[in-house]
Amino acid sequence: MNYAGLEYSGVRNIDGPLVFIDGIRGVAYDELVEITTPGGEVRLGQVLDVTASTAVVQVFGGTDSLAQSGTRSRFLGTSLEIPVSKSMLGRVFDGLGRPKDGLPAPLTSQRRDVNGTPVNPYAREYPRDFIQTGISSIDLMNTLVRGQKLPIFSGNGLPHNRMAAQIARQAKLLNEDVEFAIVFAAMGVKHDVARFFIDSFERSGVLHNVAMFLSLADDPSVERLITPRSALTLAEHLAFDEGMHVLVIITDMSNYCEALREIATARGEIPSRKGYPGYLYSDLASMYERAGRLRGQSGSITQMPILTMPSDDISHPIPDLTGYITEGQIVLERDMFQRGIYPPVAGLPSLSRLMKDGIGKGRTRDDHPHVASQLFAAYSRVKDIRSLANVVGEEELSAVDKLYLKFGEAFESRVVSQGEYENRSIEETLSIGWDVLRVLPRAELLRLSEEELKTYYDQPISIKDVEA
Amino acid sequence: MDNETRQNVGRITRVNGPIVEACDMERAGMLEVVEVGELRLIGEVIRVRGKGLATVQVYENTSGLHPGEPVYCTGRPLSVRLGPGLLGTIYDGIQRPLERLAEASGAMLKRGDKSESLDVERRWSFKPLLKVGDEVCGGTVYGEVQETLSVLHRVMVEPGVSGRIVSLVEAGEYTGEETLCVVEQADGRRRELTMFTHWPLRRPRPVRERQALTRPLLTGLRVVDAFFPIAKGGASAIPGGFGTGKTMTQQALAKWSDADIIVYIGCGERGNEMTEVLREFPELQDPRTGRSLMERTILIANTSNMPVAAREVSIYTGITLAEYYRDMGYDVAVMADSTSRWAEALRELSGRLEEMPADEGFPAYLPARLASFYERAGSVETLNGRTGSVSVIGAVSPPGGDFSEPVTQHTSRFIRCFWALDRDLANARHYPAISWTNSYSEYLVEVADWWRQKDSDWQRHRDLLMETLQEEVALQRIAKLIGPDALPDHQRLVLMVADYIKNAFLQQNSFDDVDMYCSPEKQTWMMRMLATFITKSQALIKKGATLSDISAIGSLPRLLRMKSEVRNDDGAAMAALEQTVSSELDALEGKLRG
Repeated sequence: MNYAGLEYSGVRNIDGPLVFIDGIRGVAYDELVEITTPGGEVRLGQVLDVTASTAVVQVFGGTDSLAQSGTRSRFLGTSLEIPVSKSMLGRVFDGLGRPKDGLPAPLTSQRRDVNGTPVNPYAREYPRDFIQTGISSIDLMNTLVRGQKLPIFSGNGLPHNRMAAQIARQAKLLNEDVEFAIVFAAMGVKHDVARFFIDSFERSGVLHNVAMFLSLADDPSVERLITPRSALTLAEHLAFDEGMHVLVIITDMSNYCEALREIATARGEIPSRKGYPGYLYSDLASMYERAGRLRGQSGSITQMPILTMPSDDISHPIPDLTGYITEGQIVLERDMFQRGIYPPVAGLPSLSRLMKDGIGKGRTRDDHPHVASQLFAAYSRVKDIRSLANVVGEEELSAVDKLYLKFGEAFESRVVSQGEYENRSIEETLSIGWDVLRVLPRAELLRLSEEELKTYYDQPISIKDVEA
Repeated sequence: MDNETRQNVGRITRVNGPIVEACDMERAGMLEVVEVGELRLIGEVIRVRGKGLATVQVYENTSGLHPGEPVYCTGRPLSVRLGPGLLGTIYDGIQRPLERLAEASGAMLKRGDKSESLDVERRWSFKPLLKVGDEVCGGTVYGEVQETLSVLHRVMVEPGVSGRIVSLVEAGEYTGEETLCVVEQADGRRRELTMFTHWPLRRPRPVRERQALTRPLLTGLRVVDAFFPIAKGGASAIPGGFGTGKTMTQQALAKWSDADIIVYIGCGERGNEMTEVLREFPELQDPRTGRSLMERTILIANTSNMPVAAREVSIYTGITLAEYYRDMGYDVAVMADSTSRWAEALRELSGRLEEMPADEGFPAYLPARLASFYERAGSVETLNGRTGSVSVIGAVSPPGGDFSEPVTQHTSRFIRCFWALDRDLANARHYPAISWTNSYSEYLVEVADWWRQKDSDWQRHRDLLMETLQEEVALQRIAKLIGPDALPDHQRLVLMVADYIKNAFLQQNSFDDVDMYCSPEKQTWMMRMLATFITKSQALIKKGATLSDISAIGSLPRLLRMKSEVRNDDGAAMAALEQTVSSELDALEGKLRG
């Protein structure tokens, strides 16, 4: 028998974002609930635990002004779904996919469960199309490919938003002139941050190609749990039904995780590290894994989640578990930022796991993998020498070590540092890389082949003043 | 519905994520498989309580289930299907064939999808090896099937069956479910044998005897083979923070280790990594057989976004498949990536069961479960008298890269080989980032004899290289305070040659066609080259040579690039380079004397 649509009056307990409803029949796990406050306001909720007589419901709109009597709830017989359609590009929605821009709801009969379904690993296509972001520290050292999930690990006050906007503006494929559709999800960020992205999209003329899902700092925190899922649900429709290439920017994952912790605590679950629930990894994975490509389909989802590391600590559970799921990470470094370097992409801890198959012969340029490997090795040496120089003084260093210091300076000021509106081609980036390597003696460059050294190292410097 | 079936159907009373409680379950046994709800989702009974109450863990997403739905008992434990056709296949955690699921229901995984683990239609060319009247017992090989061009599948009598063959088919084409052989047991009962069999995945398959581990599992990775070797039948852990190269190392081992069969378990990891293996392995050649690597590989993929309960069983599925091939007399290597995700699945389920947590929320039985998994590794004499082995290599993902957490700590109690991945090495893109200060292998002593047969000086060379590296660590501490230039020449020489060992020997480029796999012959040669260079240059320094004399030696750049410029089988090039380096060092000595 179908019990969907029955309305129940009253609730037993209200605990943080959770309500406990008794006397129910035929309620399903994960089912969507419509809760009407005594004042007549309608909020959505979702079943987290159900027994034959009681359901535990998390309320997305918050539990304020709910009361034991006078609260009515209706179980809707479906799980949480949002409408999806191409016409949602250019629009602004709340975390549950309801219009926030004053325009009517999108005209579509297609609805999708926000939780999605896991992709069969066999049906995936391995991502390997190089995306040129025009930012040297990414293109050269931490290459982004289409279908990758590459987060930005940042800290409060660091320019992660400017960088994400620059990537959204400049990202393109080398031999193809396809535009990205952008799906943007904001959880718990301030209005001015959302404003910044809207302005930035508007100025670069892509706003009509962006769908935004906003659950800002003053919206109920539980809604943040659904916001990224709504965004990804639309992204999946655009990529795998409409064949588009979608870039999903999600900010800020730290706020999402805090909302999750709030629910877990309210349910009295046993916490694991720092009070976050033991399933934080699986929960994050259920979103991050919704990136990629599918066999025989032209679309793709590239994910760029942004998270601020609490007190810049990369071993905090949020960046830590994220790093275990995503295919690399772009780490922003406060020290570089304070020295005025934009974008302050940390040289060593940043990584792109899919880089190896997206670069090199036939993709970027033959020497790219070796140049990147050599730059990493040399820059790691720079870090050691710098700490040595702090102790013994620069004067005491050997001649080669002094060259390494010079290389380090050149690397940071020429390769890493660039303008917010500077869009470098991969050729340009590689030749800057070689210019910087030329600071070092030939014998130090063990990761480059003789042939590459002949072709590039022995050529005259294209930019004269590297050493100066 | 007759009385019998009604008693075997329970009712759901509670749904809490992957944990479902049901009543009217008096007949359900512990660890029995049940089918939950109208969708008949696969589950397993994990707790039985008073008045017919049972707790079931469900291997699929339980969204939409509601109290009152039926739970069907099956009367059998969770098992894997065994037989020809396993190799080259990709399965999920409960052995559903992902390729066939994708064909049947598209790119997304649907719930309640039932698909046979093995192709029941396919006919295999079976050749009997025994005759009617022969006595057989569990494990006896009564026929064979060429499963792939590189692997011969030995068809065995199921463990527990013994007696006399009363009928056996002729050579020919048969499906996996046709009766091939009938055995009459001592009690007169007849057992019909088919190619396909079942085995409960939580129960280790029986063996005749466990053997000492003396044969190295050659991996082609120099830092492993030379410094921290693993024996065939050994168990090893690779702990490392994110981005230190656990998966890369696991994949390199899956590609180049000299096991006959590889079982690669992607447990709670990325989907794209499995795709990468699927894309890459068929194109790679096994250095020993010349055949595609996929022909010896089985993949188990339970990625991080797939149901968490199935993640928990995926490693048992994998190791049971490994034991099955071991019983045929093969050396099998199991890669489990990552055991931490498996432990987290245990923790999540334990939390939902409201069990009392021990360390960091993990259940108190975590160490016992880890032990029972790693103990299924071993080199054995099988029931049919062959020698087979299962080596287990488990990746561990410690939170924050901190090795003092429970999973790393408990794991290191049950393994004897520890490849600690180092963040600094990984940051410098020195791969494999296996630390030579924190790693160890207790198998070293056991496999040293094997290496000494290749090169009688192997142990001496290994010790010299290792000592040089350890000395460098100590010297670096001083150099950090006073600067390296303040050290005497013989100590600066140590710093210099340690750098050569790291760059020319330990660091290995998995994208270089020559360097990605290093044969034992080339390894012993490279070690000899470096050891000779170190010994001779130390003597030269004592005789008054300077560091720059030594670093100016003309063949040094070739020595440093030998890993990529000398091919594995190019004995002539090896001898020539050895000759050149040696004579240049001797010439330098002559000059000093003169």
